[in-house]
Amino acid sequence: MQELITIEGLTKKFGPLTAVSDVSLTVGRGDVLGFLGPNGAGKSTTMRMVAGFLAPTAGRSLVCGHDVGESPILAKQRMGYLPEGAPLYGDMTVERFLDFVAQARGLSGDDKDQKLAAVIEKLEIGDVLAQHVETLSKGFKRRVGLAQAILHDPQVLILDEPTDGLDPNQKHRVRRLIHDMAADKAIIISTHILEEVDAVCNRAAIIDKGRLIFDDTPKALLKRSPSGAKKLEDVFRELTSDHEG
Amino acid sequence: MRNIGIIFRRELASYFSTPLAYVFIVIFLALAGTFTFYIGGFFARGQADLEAFFYFHPWLYLFLIPAVAMRLWAEERKSGTIELLMTLPVTVAQAVIGKFLAAWFFIFIALGLTFPIWITVNYLGDPDNGVIFASYFGSLLMAGAFLAIGSCVSGATKNQVIAFIMAAAVSFLFLMSGLDLVVDFFRGWLPGFLVEAVASMSFLNHFTAITKGVIDLRDLIFFGSLIALSLFINVMLIDLKKAE
Repeated sequence: MQELITIEGLTKKFGPLTAVSDVSLTVGRGDVLGFLGPNGAGKSTTMRMVAGFLAPTAGRSLVCGHDVGESPILAKQRMGYLPEGAPLYGDMTVERFLDFVAQARGLSGDDKDQKLAAVIEKLEIGDVLAQHVETLSKGFKRRVGLAQAILHDPQVLILDEPTDGLDPNQKHRVRRLIHDMAADKAIIISTHILEEVDAVCNRAAIIDKGRLIFDDTPKALLKRSPSGAKKLEDVFRELTSDHEG
Repeated sequence: MRNIGIIFRRELASYFSTPLAYVFIVIFLALAGTFTFYIGGFFARGQADLEAFFYFHPWLYLFLIPAVAMRLWAEERKSGTIELLMTLPVTVAQAVIGKFLAAWFFIFIALGLTFPIWITVNYLGDPDNGVIFASYFGSLLMAGAFLAIGSCVSGATKNQVIAFIMAAAVSFLFLMSGLDLVVDFFRGWLPGFLVEAVASMSFLNHFTAITKGVIDLRDLIFFGSLIALSLFINVMLIDLKKAE
């Protein structure tokens, strides 16, 4: 199996606070890694570092063999990224926004038009193309965010809570979409919804207080339960600490 | 270059997709006209030139340009789109330059729309159009310097109001530094060459020199290097603290 994402000893400190501590992971072609953890555990910070938005304090990450810190453009060309909360340019129409991202991704001409048409169909956003992004419902915004992440058909996908704010039907469709794309890509998704891990991921990683405490298949996660719990949710609760309680 | 063009077009379109562009252009034209005709005494002077028009540009720019510049980066930070932009395969420098050029081009459009006053003065008399052309050029150049300072300040905050006030304050210092008021303040205790250095930073002096109709290389270098330096700091600021 070919490794498309390699994370080596990734650490991020904000002043005295260590947000991510010595996280190492590899994700290969065909893998969908579900990234789990309580709020504030360091999921988004880790994903931001892999996406090249945050510089790590120590360690490095490679995307398709390119060091994100040393050759950020080469790495960024090969990945699609959905930031937390799916920020979008509100003053643009959906069509213009996607066209802008496609151009910035280096697409042009027929190739660009075809890829845009494909992604618009996949995410069923054809009806809102002429609308300004800021007038869209939460579900549509998330889907437009997903569309910009996958439109250039990247080998690596990093999706921070891709199904947040979607209704159950939309969640189901997005999961199927991720599942369908998985064969030739390496995908990391973060989520709070444990059933999602069961539905689309072949691997689960749990991060707690900045440390990676589990990295294996969802099935193995069930076996890890100290008390023999039968549901992922219960195992998750047993393994992680409750930050806000 | 291609990436700069893509950022440029997106940014420029975003000015016109909100009322900002129209409000700015109307206010700019109204104020420029008011100053020229009522305070500058365009008709009373009885001279076929646009001195009364250009005289007020530095003061107009002092608060209008920070208003254009404040959103450049502060808004990206506030809305989180900076994360989107900085994870596209675009360098920070390309993004900074593309955005700056879009804002500058927007000012160019606003300035260009003052052309009726040029027609007026040519209809009424026989002005030296070379001087007028040089003045327009100088005005645009000075606007670029104000804008680069504003962009740089905007890159340091996610609060647009702070970006506006800070940019106006810094611009004010550059504008005023050649006046006797400021120079005299420094003359008492700074060595002569430093006083000269402060005085030579003055936007007013450099701009006034150009409006005389002489495009001196030194004035071009002054505004050009100020723009380059501000944008360079702008890139560093974004690079260092893009996620804050």
